[in-house]
Amino acid sequence: MTGYLVRRLLESALILLGITFVTFVLLYMVPADPARQIAGRSATAATVANIRDQLGLNDPLLVQYGRYLAGLLQGDMGRSYLQRAEVSTLIAARLPASLMLMVTAIVTELVIGLTIGVVAALRRNRAADHSLMIFSFVAISAPQFVIGILLLYVFAVQLGWFPIGGYGTPAHFVLPSITLGLLGAGWYSRMMRSSMIEVLGQDLVRTARAKGLSRLRIVTRHVMPNAILPIIAMIGIDIGLFMSGIVVVESVFGWPGIGQLAWQAIQRVDIPVIMGVTMVSATAIVLGNLLADLVAPLIDPRIKTK
Amino acid sequence: MSAPIDPPSAAPVRRAGRGRAREVVGELLRRPRALFGLAVIVLLVLAAILAPWIMPHDPFEQSFDGLDLMGAPLPPGGEHPLGTDLLGRDLASRLILGTRTSLIIGVVANGIAVILGAGVGITAGYAGGWTAAILMRFTDLMMAFPALLLAIVLAAIFQPSLMIVALVIAMVNWVQMSRVIYTETRSLAEREFIQVQRAIGSGPLRILGRHLLPHLLSSIIVFGTLGISTTVLLEATLSYLGVGVQPPVPSWGNIIFENQTYFSTAPWLVFFPGLLIVLLALAFNLVGDALRDILDPTLKGRH
Repeated sequence: MTGYLVRRLLESALILLGITFVTFVLLYMVPADPARQIAGRSATAATVANIRDQLGLNDPLLVQYGRYLAGLLQGDMGRSYLQRAEVSTLIAARLPASLMLMVTAIVTELVIGLTIGVVAALRRNRAADHSLMIFSFVAISAPQFVIGILLLYVFAVQLGWFPIGGYGTPAHFVLPSITLGLLGAGWYSRMMRSSMIEVLGQDLVRTARAKGLSRLRIVTRHVMPNAILPIIAMIGIDIGLFMSGIVVVESVFGWPGIGQLAWQAIQRVDIPVIMGVTMVSATAIVLGNLLADLVAPLIDPRIKTK
Repeated sequence: MSAPIDPPSAAPVRRAGRGRAREVVGELLRRPRALFGLAVIVLLVLAAILAPWIMPHDPFEQSFDGLDLMGAPLPPGGEHPLGTDLLGRDLASRLILGTRTSLIIGVVANGIAVILGAGVGITAGYAGGWTAAILMRFTDLMMAFPALLLAIVLAAIFQPSLMIVALVIAMVNWVQMSRVIYTETRSLAEREFIQVQRAIGSGPLRILGRHLLPHLLSSIIVFGTLGISTTVLLEATLSYLGVGVQPPVPSWGNIIFENQTYFSTAPWLVFFPGLLIVLLALAFNLVGDALRDILDPTLKGRH
């Protein structure tokens, strides 16, 4: 297990290194001139050249990359071109909002997804099952910006139950969490349904029934705990979905998180900030996958950790 | 002297051919969900092909009568069955033309992703060793990339035309396919009938084409179908963010992008395009899921 852990950690570090390189090269190719943007429209050519020089933008790609990497290893992600702040400060200020949204979204998707999965499995092949599965299919087929805008229209504009966007009170969390969590709820309900059906067919259920346990007790004490385990192992993988999702959801709801930060930075070609958010997201995804890989053998000992 | 041993062939699949295809289609038509999906796909494909004849108005014409006296878009009904957009253009006509955009991107982007993903997967799975290590580490790397951020950055680098958008989406979406195909190819490559082919000296291309590909076809079809849904959603999202298909060319995503400031007073401008995006993605998800059930009941997983 220790050997496996070390190997996976090394692999993860290599993947992150690869991501810094690919992102850096991609952003190097962006046709906008950061120096010109910092200097402003009225700046003279000499000023622009001066700024280029200061930022080291005239150096060859590999030199620039080396410098970035050296900084990154010391926890320095550089300074924003357009806001007078360190990238790490900007991200740190925005990260809590995104993390809290992700936590509420995970809770939302688990509650909706697992409930649907359990009910559908117990009502297998009946009307309730069919309608719930159609709901799941719609949930995984609906783009988040459409769900977000429609939820805003119905529950904020028409009914006035929730604020039209922004951040602060618990009420602000409801619509963005549902928007971000619905996709996962669709996947989880389908996985939970098949996982439940699988467990329901196992011997332990027959034994429990032979012992004379009530149906409710069998389902809550014996079937559900067994069925949920393989699904818990997948939560780490969700982080990837969320990292794409927050860019859209935060822009629909005006949520002050790192998704919005990334989106604003991309529109203004603020390269250090784009780099920073990409690295933070990639790190979260890599850690999520690592977590999923480490949890899986604990839950199912048949999975070998070679 | 004994007779030469016939190499065990890929019997269950080789029998396949046209009969099997007809069987699969028949099975699809018996399933209500898949049938609904197929019906939606056929309808939308027809709408895309017949667009010039069925559009009620010119989708680019900013008609003077298309806005009310206050300059606001017209609600559905009368002259404009689905209303007009913020420039007074007929929404129904723009949506019909947008069907073309979605389907073209869906087919082209997903086609490239399938070829690339299957190509990388088969090569890595069959070659093994260093080739596999390098290709699959690269796939891991792409998987850890925040997909949407990557797509947005790529779209920002290249001025987004229809084909660039398709390429960007393909660059992001091939990874899934390559993982699946790699795993399958690797387990196939160790099976007897492939070992025998290697032993009797069949060239790699012959083995790939005649013996591996037929076995991988099920997965390619299933994940290729589901992939169209992912592609359609990604195109809509990119266009909604303004870095996908550029106006005035209509796409369902950029129609919402253009009109979103009006959503509280003119919700139909979000509702109808949104409905179409969901319907198209849903259709391919339903058909893909049914195909998975029919072609390979042992296939599981999230995608």
